[in-house]
Amino acid sequence: MSSLDTIVRLPGLTLKNPVLTASGTFGYGLEFARYGNLADLGGIVVKGLSLKPRQGNPMPRIAETPCGMLNAIGIQNIGVEAFLRDKLPFLPWRETAVIANLYACDAHEFGELAAVLASVEGMAALEVNVSCPNVKEGGVAFGQNPGQIRAVTEEVKRNAGSKPVIVKLSPNVTDIADAARAAVDGGADMLSCINTLMGMAVDIRTRKPRLANVYGGLSGPAIKPVALRCVHQVCRAVSVPVIGVGGIASAEDILDFILVGAHAVQVGTANFMRPDAAFRMASELPALMEKLGIGGLDDFRGSLRA
Amino acid sequence: MLASRNNCQDLRVVRMTPLGGGEGAPPLFELVLSPPGWDFRPGQFVMIRPPEWGLDLVWGRPLSIADVREDGLRLLVQAIGRGTRRLSELRPGQVVTVWGPLGNSFAVEPDKPTLLLAGGIGIAPFVGYARRHPKPENVTLLFGHRLPAESYPLADFGGLRKAEAVREQNPEQLARFIDHLGQTMRGYAHGGLVLACGPEPFLRTVRKLALTLKARAQLSLENRMACGVGACLGCVARNGKDQLVQTCTHGPVFWAEDVFLSEDAAPLGGKP
Repeated sequence: MSSLDTIVRLPGLTLKNPVLTASGTFGYGLEFARYGNLADLGGIVVKGLSLKPRQGNPMPRIAETPCGMLNAIGIQNIGVEAFLRDKLPFLPWRETAVIANLYACDAHEFGELAAVLASVEGMAALEVNVSCPNVKEGGVAFGQNPGQIRAVTEEVKRNAGSKPVIVKLSPNVTDIADAARAAVDGGADMLSCINTLMGMAVDIRTRKPRLANVYGGLSGPAIKPVALRCVHQVCRAVSVPVIGVGGIASAEDILDFILVGAHAVQVGTANFMRPDAAFRMASELPALMEKLGIGGLDDFRGSLRA
Repeated sequence: MLASRNNCQDLRVVRMTPLGGGEGAPPLFELVLSPPGWDFRPGQFVMIRPPEWGLDLVWGRPLSIADVREDGLRLLVQAIGRGTRRLSELRPGQVVTVWGPLGNSFAVEPDKPTLLLAGGIGIAPFVGYARRHPKPENVTLLFGHRLPAESYPLADFGGLRKAEAVREQNPEQLARFIDHLGQTMRGYAHGGLVLACGPEPFLRTVRKLALTLKARAQLSLENRMACGVGACLGCVARNGKDQLVQTCTHGPVFWAEDVFLSEDAAPLGGKP
């Protein structure tokens, strides 16, 4: 099967295949260069970046749960300046899409960050994190308020120049379609959904929460049904492309998300299950499509018989 | 052949050898995996995750490389949690996914008197260290443990100048061991090298003694990890510059004065 069959055309962005990596699960990309060819991926969404470096939350900040994990990292990152200086030049951005994930405390700061990243060659798109459950300021508070989502999106879009803007939605809302419409009203070119689900784990021996932050974001195969439902709902609510995220651990999972309407996917916790997971999924997808008689992703997308 | 570059490979279980344990205690076993063509430096570790875990347990488990010999990669495992208990059920012929070798390694200073301090399953990285040391006559092992001595591969330390195993089964024995630890470390305070691996209360005690005695000491941390490659940021420790560093990639071995251990957990043999 020709590799052309897995090309994904998005607004202002073409991916060689629909397999992206999810922010926070793939470091700055370079950590995984020993486990596969980064250029073989559709794209790399790097660890959430803020204007200044952030230390994140206290330890312990990860916990394994049935078919998933909780994290409360709290956007620990090296800051945009160090990323542009020490990481981006070493990523194969001419061969694959490198996408920044933006985190800020208010709309103005989001705009400032977007302006810095938009001016850089090698940055294919900007993903706006309005949905991190692990930070007190901003974070999921933005993602739960359609007005805030719209305001942040407008500010980022205003500063993003020609770079496509993706808004990452939170599942921790009553109606994710409302959030999706707010992002699109604000000018989002694409949406990614979902971010992690708020959860907790406790230890009956110590009687303590397993995370110092008490609550954390649940990810992994456990959340895939929720993510699939959210993508389905969002695809029916808006007309911009949607990138599915949540529990994708196989090529079959990728097609599940495309079947309900996603254009591409992001592989997250599976990168921890084995570090070559995303590479393997990208390479296995064409053969699976052939086996299932799927001639191209465009034809298959959204073909769910429901 | 797998060289020293980090890689992700499916290895086959050659042998599972029960090493023992005590009544009601978590059993220890040696896991040998092939192909054997691994290069490593003692102190490094691998992540291991059997594909048959499916979607159930999502993390691999970090295990110190005990040694690599002709028959394969050797790991010591104590079946203490969900993952290690599942590992104890592996049988010859089964396949496990392994990535590594990961992390840095213990210092090797052949002409310096070197003291290996192991607590329980923390003895694992010292198997290869002792066997590969260019001058084993300069190396001494002091090993504190709770399970019977035959549960551990002590025969592997036969080439050392001295190997001493001290079993602690009650608080008095533990207190005596800590005294002995301090006395022994004192002999390495000037011009020697102290290397430690074991549970965090043990490491905290060693660190405190090392700083008091001004001994050059390295500690191997056993933090919880999800990825092992520096991406998840779940295993961070605070270094001497008050920066957060990933234990998996900046460690697991740190100089005692260059790492802070959490202060809220109980020290060895004492109250918080």
